[in-house]
Amino acid sequence: MPETAIAEAPATRGGSTGGTILEVRNLEAWYGESHILHGINFDVRAGEVVTLLGRNGAGKTTTLKSVMGIIGKRTGSVKFNNQDIIRTSSDKIARMGIAFCPEERGIFASLDVRENLLLPPTVRAGGLSLDQIFELFPNLKERLGSQGTKLSGGEQQMLAIARILRTGASFLMLDEPTEGLAPVIIQQIGHTIARLKKEGFTILLVEQNFRFASTVADRYYVVEHGKIIDGFSNSELAANMDKLHTYLGV
Amino acid sequence: MQALYAQLLVGLINGSFYALLSLGLAVIFGMLNIINFAHGALYMMGAFVAYFLLNNDYLSIGYWPALIIAPIVVGIFGMILERTMLQWLTGLDHLYGLLLTFGMALIIQGVFQNYFGSSGLPYAIPDQLRGGMNLGFMFLPIYRGWVVIFSLVVCLATWFLIEKTRLGAYLRAATENPTLVRAFGINVPRMITLTYGLGVGLAALAGVLSAPINQVRPLMGADLIIVVFAVVVIGGMGSIMGSIITGFALGVIEGLTKYFYPEASNTVVFVLMVLVLLVKPTGLTGRAA
Repeated sequence: MPETAIAEAPATRGGSTGGTILEVRNLEAWYGESHILHGINFDVRAGEVVTLLGRNGAGKTTTLKSVMGIIGKRTGSVKFNNQDIIRTSSDKIARMGIAFCPEERGIFASLDVRENLLLPPTVRAGGLSLDQIFELFPNLKERLGSQGTKLSGGEQQMLAIARILRTGASFLMLDEPTEGLAPVIIQQIGHTIARLKKEGFTILLVEQNFRFASTVADRYYVVEHGKIIDGFSNSELAANMDKLHTYLGV
Repeated sequence: MQALYAQLLVGLINGSFYALLSLGLAVIFGMLNIINFAHGALYMMGAFVAYFLLNNDYLSIGYWPALIIAPIVVGIFGMILERTMLQWLTGLDHLYGLLLTFGMALIIQGVFQNYFGSSGLPYAIPDQLRGGMNLGFMFLPIYRGWVVIFSLVVCLATWFLIEKTRLGAYLRAATENPTLVRAFGINVPRMITLTYGLGVGLAALAGVLSAPINQVRPLMGADLIIVVFAVVVIGGMGSIMGSIITGFALGVIEGLTKYFYPEASNTVVFVLMVLVLLVKPTGLTGRAA
């Protein structure tokens, strides 16, 4: 894949390199009466790719949704660039530079590909142009007039990622971007995430496919029963493989 | 033959009101998931605002400014209703919205009936639109022609706004998944309030257009709203173009029935509704949920 398009990106977007961009402390969340998160703690530093690993129902997606402000009841502290956002509405959180790509992709059936792509408003300068996006995802250019939900699963995932890259958000939260995709598409998504990291985006990734995650992540946190039960860096991955297999049941 | 054309024209006029009102209902239902039974009362308020603007001790604001002012005033009133009452129904069963808006309609109509009785108040046709044209095959009152053309233009402009603009894309996306649209940085609650204001404003505009034809009466909306709901059901709940086409088409069908079989003119719309519901329960242009 050519790497000329995103030429003017800063080394790290939206924060000084290595400084903590997201700080989550004692995060608890509820769906109605169900208590899902029981005190989540983790940090994400600027320019990193951090992956939340865990089994189905562990609380990974709820963690992302709680950071994004789309869970009704949540307590604790979530600081983005040192600003507490636990009581901030999701539209204001988005305007602070956090973008969310949901697990179900959230492609709108009543909108064509172009409308889906242009839907999220630009929240700050520095977002990718359409040309840059089409360089990353050439398929989308050919399908601009198609109904969003008529795309293949892989194309829908590309569209879901592409549309948040336009916004200028520096911090991306991707929820299981490889779920249900063919290996060749997973590889392409992996290349894209690696490319975005290189361009200075900070990424918080939720994945069950840790083989995929290991190709892009700097650090991992393991989530179980709504808590972080372990954390290690990519360099410590090999030493933690047995534990990881136990955690994930693989 | 003159009588047939006259009934066709009456059908087109009624179709204009059906289309404007059902369009507003479709916009509100599509976005808020609320079956707005207060729509007829808000249509009536549009006509009354035009009446008050013209008949007061301070200003004598005529028809043309009223076409703009009345929808804005009633639209703001609608937005206040949405902010203070309807927004609390988010996520609840349709029945709650239906009951609340039905109650609101009774209160609004009751207040106006208390002060103005049930008889009609006159509202004059503006000077520029008086008289008529002889088309050879029929005599066309200019005001009625204006209502048909203006309604059609407003309906198509609303369709364009919703289907072909960036703002419309926000509205359509928020109809599908408001949580995600909000997570993209769009203030969805404010957009819902404005959408309700738009839908209500369309009803008020229909009220102003109707005032010179039907007079201004507290129950003018109550008479119309049941037929308009039938139009929306036939067109498909939430379908914008479906509401416009069905509104005009049913007006014409009603007019033709008045000519060919007058006894059925009051029921033909409901017979069609039953037939459509039997064959295509989502309406002619509606999508399955």
